[in-house]
Amino acid sequence: MSTTAFDTEPHRDYDPTAPLVATGNLRRRQRVSSVVDTLARLSSLIAVAALVVVVYVVIDRGAGAISWSFFTTNGATTGLGGGIEAAIVGTIAIVVIATVIATPIAVLTAIYLTEFAAPGSRLGRILTLALNLMQGLPTIVVGIFVFGLVVNGSGNSGLAGSLALAIVMLPLIARTSQEVLLRVPGALREAGDALGVERWRTIMTVVLPTALGGIVTGTILAVARAAGETAPLLLCDSLFGNATSLNVGHAIPNIPITIFELASSPNPSAVTQAWGAALVLLGGILIANVAARVLLARSRRRTGA
Amino acid sequence: MLVLCAGAGVLCAIVLIDVVQQVISGASLSINTFGLGFLTNQNWAPNLNKFGAATVLYGTAVSSLIALVLAIPLGIGIAIYLALLAGPRVRAVVGPLVEMLAAIPSVILGLWGIIILAPFIAQHVEPFLHRVLGFIPIFGPAQTTGLSPFTAGVVLAIMILPIIASLSRDLFLTVPSELQDGAAALGATRWEVIRGVVIPTTFSGVAASIVLALGRALGEAIAVTQVIGDGALIHASTFLPGQSLASRIATDFANIVSPLHQSSLFYLALILLVFAVVTNLLAAYISQRFGRAITA
Repeated sequence: MSTTAFDTEPHRDYDPTAPLVATGNLRRRQRVSSVVDTLARLSSLIAVAALVVVVYVVIDRGAGAISWSFFTTNGATTGLGGGIEAAIVGTIAIVVIATVIATPIAVLTAIYLTEFAAPGSRLGRILTLALNLMQGLPTIVVGIFVFGLVVNGSGNSGLAGSLALAIVMLPLIARTSQEVLLRVPGALREAGDALGVERWRTIMTVVLPTALGGIVTGTILAVARAAGETAPLLLCDSLFGNATSLNVGHAIPNIPITIFELASSPNPSAVTQAWGAALVLLGGILIANVAARVLLARSRRRTGA
Repeated sequence: MLVLCAGAGVLCAIVLIDVVQQVISGASLSINTFGLGFLTNQNWAPNLNKFGAATVLYGTAVSSLIALVLAIPLGIGIAIYLALLAGPRVRAVVGPLVEMLAAIPSVILGLWGIIILAPFIAQHVEPFLHRVLGFIPIFGPAQTTGLSPFTAGVVLAIMILPIIASLSRDLFLTVPSELQDGAAALGATRWEVIRGVVIPTTFSGVAASIVLALGRALGEAIAVTQVIGDGALIHASTFLPGQSLASRIATDFANIVSPLHQSSLFYLALILLVFAVVTNLLAAYISQRFGRAITA
């Protein structure tokens, strides 16, 4: 190849000391990529901002309503001021009963699925599907169900509300229990078998204690979810009076319905009470969520999973 | 012990069957009266004993669609950020915060929706959208209250965002780094790695998470009831008040005027139940073909 032919060929001057900068098509591709990066960061920012805004507004508006008497008096639902003692007591009662109903059934179901059902067995598959569908039920449909089952004949009651919340909680507890039971090392069960221990004793004395932290976490999360559920209570436990009561055979006040009713009130002081009740509820739920996360991290560290 | 555990499991299945049976039997009066014509009838006049689901089906579809349009890109964006861009420290903080969004009870989100979000949308978002995109009928003239399917869609988007984001993030984290590094070594930019490797590998799982989120949006009652505006007509503009399946049930249940009214509300619940079963089975089917079970 002659030098003249080489010189006439079009080429850029190559300067080895210049910094490497993308040009042309590569530069366009890199720009697209960095735009996507920015959009991804932005969407995370939007989600966190939404959380911060909602929590901030609840604290900002609710703090004005909070005082000692807000927790120890009644009358908020009248819109004339007053506290939400009855609603707090009622929500605690309803959720405790729901937890007592849901937890044993959920944990036993999870034990069946992880310890007894053969992998791919028909009953196991059906139960997994049933739990999934139960979790996917709109909570208002759960409310309609309990309304048709109980309320339609005997009227609103705290117990009906508890039953509805138990149906909401059951699949949540069963799912987390199943996950932690699956994480319990199989070697522990085999050790029990090798010692000639019956399966149920191994489960009671070895498997369950190992998984306890995770099961408690799942239960706390389900409680936090149920405490704020409004739709089922709207159908099952919304026609209540104004007095503090633990008589769950009748309708008893609760926080979600209190917020729901005060929220659409034209009376500004009622709306302030709604924010106050929202702050109490949200505070409880967020604390429960953080506590559950801490507990989960601790139990994970212990089982080494 | 085996009997006890199996019994508990069977009890769960029985509860589910009982739910279906109870809702159907509650709706039977309305089903016998209106048949499938219920689905296309626009009237809802309890005092005249006229009931139809067309208006609420429309309201449900519109609000859920708006929620999906907003939540899908945001949710996938968050998942990309958390799984592929953020460092472990940031991920450990932002991830739980996004999931915390799902812990806010719908009644509180609805309270915020009525008092803060709806006036903001009425004063700023509606005039802006009408000015810029007003030639599309769904962005009609701005209203004064801001209580509308549009606002309901925004609130629903906040509720389903964590579902799409956290499920997609978990899926993105399962994509083998060898595949990603391989594409990067061939000169792919980060976006090309995501578009060419990460999303195709996890596509069906992400689709399943979107279907689950849709199921959640279709069935949400309380927050929607609070912000949708209790309208009884079908409007092209999403800024005019509407009503969804679940919000119609929540609104009407306190003052039922006749057995047929109550039965028609059960009929609406039956439609919701069908939607819920279909979306959940669809999500399960999609993710099963993908070979990995995902659940909300």
